[in-house]
Amino acid sequence: MLFKLAFQNIKKEIKNYAIYFFTLVIGVTIFYMFSSLDSQQAMIKVSQAQQDLIRTLMLMLEVISAIVAIILGFLIVYANKFLISRRKKEFGIYMTLGMGKWNVSKIILLETIFVGIISLIAGLGLGIILSQFMSVLVAKLFVADMKEYQFIFSMSACIKTCLYFAVMYLVVILFNAITVSRYKLIDLLTAERKNEKIKIRNSFISIIVFIIGAIILGYAYWFVTGREINALNVGKELLKPILMGGIGTVLVVWSLSSFMTKIIKTNKNIYLKGTNLFVLRQLNNKINTNVISVSIICIMLFITITMLSSSIAMRNTTQRELNEVTPVDIMLYKDVVGLNEQEKNLEIKDNLLKSNFNMNLLKDIIEIPIYSTYDVALADFLGNDLERIKTEFPKLLFNKNEEIIKLSDYNKIAKLYGIQQYELNDDEYIMTCDFVNMIGVRNKALSDGIAPIKINGKEYKTKYDECQYGFVAMSTGYSNDGLIIVPDDTVLTADLKIRSLFVANYNYNSEEQKNEIEKIFTNKESEFMKNLSNKNTGIVLATKLELIEASIGVSTVVVFIAIYLGSIFLIASVAILALKQLTESSDNRERYSILRKIGCDEKMINETLFKQVAIFFLLPLVFAIIHSIFGIKFAIAIMSGMVSSEALLPSILATAILIGMIYVAYFIATYKGSKNVIKEKNINRTL
Amino acid sequence: MENILKIERIEKYYGNKTSLTKAIDNISFEVKKVNLFAIMGTSGSGKTTLLNCISTIDKVTSGYIFVDGENITKLRGNELNKFRREKLGFIFQDFNLLDTLTAYENIALALTIQNIVPKEIDKKIIKIAKELKIEEILQKYPYQISGGQKQRVASARAIITDPKLVLADEPTGALDSNSSKKLLEQFEYLNNKLNATILMVTHDAFTASYAK
Repeated sequence: MLFKLAFQNIKKEIKNYAIYFFTLVIGVTIFYMFSSLDSQQAMIKVSQAQQDLIRTLMLMLEVISAIVAIILGFLIVYANKFLISRRKKEFGIYMTLGMGKWNVSKIILLETIFVGIISLIAGLGLGIILSQFMSVLVAKLFVADMKEYQFIFSMSACIKTCLYFAVMYLVVILFNAITVSRYKLIDLLTAERKNEKIKIRNSFISIIVFIIGAIILGYAYWFVTGREINALNVGKELLKPILMGGIGTVLVVWSLSSFMTKIIKTNKNIYLKGTNLFVLRQLNNKINTNVISVSIICIMLFITITMLSSSIAMRNTTQRELNEVTPVDIMLYKDVVGLNEQEKNLEIKDNLLKSNFNMNLLKDIIEIPIYSTYDVALADFLGNDLERIKTEFPKLLFNKNEEIIKLSDYNKIAKLYGIQQYELNDDEYIMTCDFVNMIGVRNKALSDGIAPIKINGKEYKTKYDECQYGFVAMSTGYSNDGLIIVPDDTVLTADLKIRSLFVANYNYNSEEQKNEIEKIFTNKESEFMKNLSNKNTGIVLATKLELIEASIGVSTVVVFIAIYLGSIFLIASVAILALKQLTESSDNRERYSILRKIGCDEKMINETLFKQVAIFFLLPLVFAIIHSIFGIKFAIAIMSGMVSSEALLPSILATAILIGMIYVAYFIATYKGSKNVIKEKNINRTL
Repeated sequence: MENILKIERIEKYYGNKTSLTKAIDNISFEVKKVNLFAIMGTSGSGKTTLLNCISTIDKVTSGYIFVDGENITKLRGNELNKFRREKLGFIFQDFNLLDTLTAYENIALALTIQNIVPKEIDKKIIKIAKELKIEEILQKYPYQISGGQKQRVASARAIITDPKLVLADEPTGALDSNSSKKLLEQFEYLNNKLNATILMVTHDAFTASYAK
């Protein structure tokens, strides 16, 4: 009997349950997909470094999954709470008929288990199907090639998913039991009318609170974007804008609808048009009774938007830059400062030969010296601008000597790299720099078109009035913070040499050979490497592949986690919005039936409902978008150099499309559901 | 005086072929303009069914209903909504005020959905509020006012659109005797001073006694 009741309830409430159920299924699906990452490797050709990376990622995902489980757990408990509270009257009737609380609990228990098991099965099924496609995403993120297709199923992920969700459902069951045990029969029977209290706020107080909230938010916005962000000590100050943002959001949400009502009321043409005043009051009531959840949704959406946009941008930036900044297969450099005389005079090539390296394995070999002189430190270069820049960027190393390279050396490398080569008159120099933050600093000094520097008593002036693009050392991003190119006849004595730079390509006929050579340089434990790269020789090396993998690795991990957390945040947010709207249906049904009685036709009713649902959905999103504009700016500022502004637009677009799709889907489902709820097949039943 | 409502031999059956209930059995009557007309009867006598048929919420099985000379049994779809919106005013037993709206807004809504100019709306509400002595409570919410006041707000909403006919379904049903008396005096006032035609349905003889 109880089973039948439970089953029938689900059937009856299917419209309310549909979105809840759908959200659970997606939750399970995402959970499984991200947990099954280890098995994805079966389909992808991954290097050793990438395997390590995936292992690290798996460990991090353990933690993230726990967070995700907590969020989903909250969502389920929360959703259940109001799915149940909507049915107080029904339970009241059972209890007046003599059913004990325990039996009422059992009905709910059966329902929860029923919904839980089905959603788990459906979610796992969907997860297993989608995880086949996820390999494509994983491969793309790791820049790895796909192997032949094979069916992927991760038993461990499957067990983990079942376990996590079982625990979540247990918590829900416990919560429900507690809720039911607290019920008093009298409250249950009179619950229907009391479900939602009308909360009216004093409009004067609302205006004050709104202004305070807006000021706090404004200050938080200014705090993160209005000032010069110093990436080094931002961590300590981070708590302040986060707290202020949170408090500001709550205050503004608390007062927003009363404030808006006040403003709209002054414009009678909007206020007294059609059902506008009804929509306004509906929203007013809905937002006022849900301040905390609307605020949390705002913040979750904000985190999702910011996290996704900036992490995808970071990744896109990395990948685009990588091809540019790693033009050759291998780079070795030797810091000669502090080495003994004999080592100092050895070229890197000599070191390689000394370590019994077969030079035929390399081609396009170029080795060049880089100099620096006490005559030209950063402070000297900045010249008249020094004081101003010192106050603006106190952390810069003003005493650090600038790096200097001769024109022909630079052009040799530039030719190999396929980047711009330069020409110089004998009293000119060129400042090359591609590190965003330093370009700004240096351009100020160069802007007078002279920016004189003195080397060995001779003065040189700049050829261009701004930094030129160029670099000699490979790295994981645009990180040349300043390299001066001087004419070949500049007097730079051997003692001014601070570094040798050696670049080359591998000389190979097949992929296999290439890998062999790569292995020689990447196996840090080999005799050869121990001999070549140590304190005495001062040699450090980096291969193209190493740089790419290291760089992509970090951004990939970040993107992965962002997508995982972001999608869970997103569905949790929209699911709450949808459930809020749908479960308040009994109030709505009554209100809309009154609208019908006073003469609204169906078209008007639908428009009114559409407006109501749309604004309720859009409001937190608009809020979150405003937050995000500042959040993303801030994120870019602290990741200086890691995100280029060109990479940002497409990633914001990608984020917008993802969020938009999910949002619209939930919105349509909610609107259709609400429409169904307020529909009256036979109007006279309510009269 | 001319007829505002004319009922011609209407019948109404409920149910299906196996169990048929006859709710209205061939009745005819007329209501003249500016009348306060009451239909009295015990529970289950078909009063509400009759009212529903007149208000086009329900359909008659046979017969005709003319409101202001128009045969409303022939109206379909949006014509029905338009008819309800423009020709009729409703007063319900349980007031049917929107709990989220102030009294002012509840009354205004009846006008705004007819796309009446905002300036007019304000004027009209102030005028009717004066007539019904509810100026003081216009900015209050339904939960802040008494049952009698609620019903007066509902009456204001019903007649603010200048309907041809106001239909009141047990208007005093949820009111105590004092409030009932006041409300019925209001009805008389509306009827006499504002020339409203009111059709009441009630099971209560006291209420019916106000009919003329």
